Amino acid sequence: MPANPEFRADDPATVHRPLIQLSRVDKVYANGTEAVRGVDLDIGGAQFVSLLGPSGCGKSTLLRMIAGLGGVTRGEIHWPQSRYDARGNPERNLGFVFQEPTLMPWATVFQNVYLPLKLKGISREQAEQPIRQVLETVGLEQFGQAYPRQLSGGMKMRVSIARALVTHPSVMLMDEPFAALDEITRFRLNDDLLHLWAGHEWTVIFVTHSVYESVYLSNRIVVLAARPGRIIADIPIDAPYPRDEDYRTSETYNHYCRQVSAALHRAMGD
Amino acid sequence: MELSETETPVKLAGEAPARRSRNWASIAAPLAVGLVFLGVWEFLVDYYQIRPFVLPAPSAIAVSLVENLGSLLGSLTFTLGITLLAFVLAVLGGVLLAILFSQSRIVEMALFPYAVMLQVTPVVAIAPLIIIWVGVDKPGFAVLILAWIVAFFPMLSNTTLGLKSTDHHLHNLFELYGASRWQVLFQLQLPNALPYILAGMKISGGLALIGAVVAEFVAGSGSATGLAWRISEAGYRLQIPKMFAALILLSLTGISIFFLLSWLEYKLLHRWHESAAHREN
Repeated sequence: MPANPEFRADDPATVHRPLIQLSRVDKVYANGTEAVRGVDLDIGGAQFVSLLGPSGCGKSTLLRMIAGLGGVTRGEIHWPQSRYDARGNPERNLGFVFQEPTLMPWATVFQNVYLPLKLKGISREQAEQPIRQVLETVGLEQFGQAYPRQLSGGMKMRVSIARALVTHPSVMLMDEPFAALDEITRFRLNDDLLHLWAGHEWTVIFVTHSVYESVYLSNRIVVLAARPGRIIADIPIDAPYPRDEDYRTSETYNHYCRQVSAALHRAMGD
Repeated sequence: MELSETETPVKLAGEAPARRSRNWASIAAPLAVGLVFLGVWEFLVDYYQIRPFVLPAPSAIAVSLVENLGSLLGSLTFTLGITLLAFVLAVLGGVLLAILFSQSRIVEMALFPYAVMLQVTPVVAIAPLIIIWVGVDKPGFAVLILAWIVAFFPMLSNTTLGLKSTDHHLHNLFELYGASRWQVLFQLQLPNALPYILAGMKISGGLALIGAVVAEFVAGSGSATGLAWRISEAGYRLQIPKMFAALILLSLTGISIFFLLSWLEYKLLHRWHESAAHREN
């Protein structure tokens, strides 16, 4: 997979310009619920950012707004490194993974992964190679012709990740992708995700309500409080990658877990 | 990435022996019940010497069916033709109108009450009006319209439901990748609506036949000689065996329509939809 062309690690101008810039973002739903209030957040290239918080803290809402699904009520989300089209929409390449695999049940694994390319008007012949490659990356090269109902929960989630990766996104948005899976599968997919992320310079914004998952995966954790959703802590996790079982049992890991847990308790008003 | 032990795929259901014996039972059991029923019927008619214009014996019905087969098949062709045409038009009309509804909320709000009105008004009550409108000389056309009215609504309501019940996350995904309205319709909403459309077709197929028969009773005349007309004609003349023979053909027609549509549903859905897929547990 080629590296994201927007990102140049050696170019200081790029490094210092954030990829995504949220300034004073508010979100109020039509029914009056104040989901997000005054969020300021800069996210740079090649970051693995977790948005962590209790239910109702607006973390999913924030992710959806970054994806451009549902507008902001006040404030703005700016993409400083992206060009804007004539209608004022940023040209960016996003991948989105939902909590549920969100596959089309009537389509095979291959057709599901083809979807983003198909919608962009790329022919099946041209798409064949990238799809094969991405299915191999997630370990499903044997299952191209299978239907979603024939797959286990973990495999469906891999298809969902493959579909998000097939466009070579510069930002991967993940909304509690592994929350519905059993722990063994979740640990495994955590490692696989880190493995995929390590090789490519894309940014992950990962919504979770697990302290342990966020400390294991991310190099930055943004803790949100609920009602209204707002940022109350922004904690860098300075542990080196690659991370593995040794990290999961290390003193560093425990230290960060305690720190993030304390922030989360503050967020819940304890 | 390698798959772990916990991620073995759900086994594809094969033809297990238990399944095959169940298939046999599903044919043999109702067949046995039918044969016993016919046997008892034949015996009772014979034993109590029941006269044929009250209740004909199955054997008498069979004889009548063979004797009148030529003319009855002609009537069957007429009824079947009306039924199929009404059914096809109901499917096309229902699906197209539901697509229109899905594209415009205003159109849906404006038209849906009238579709319901058409449905809840008894077709027998509209029949005289339709006959006057299309002309008394074209009873076949009147029957077609009446059968269509009956068959149309399940297609409209089922397709509307199917188009609306798409997973909103999938909608988000299509939006995220910049899908056009037509891409959403053809690649998301219509495939999602397919099980609903097929379920609607099973209802509509039966209703088209019922509609055609009821309409024939009301609107039929000498020039529209469908099976329903033959039944009432035989009734007037107390030719009860013939009446039963026509009735059998009607039942067989209804059963054939149902099985044909069930087969179509299985063919289109069995690979992906829970309703048609085999499960071993």
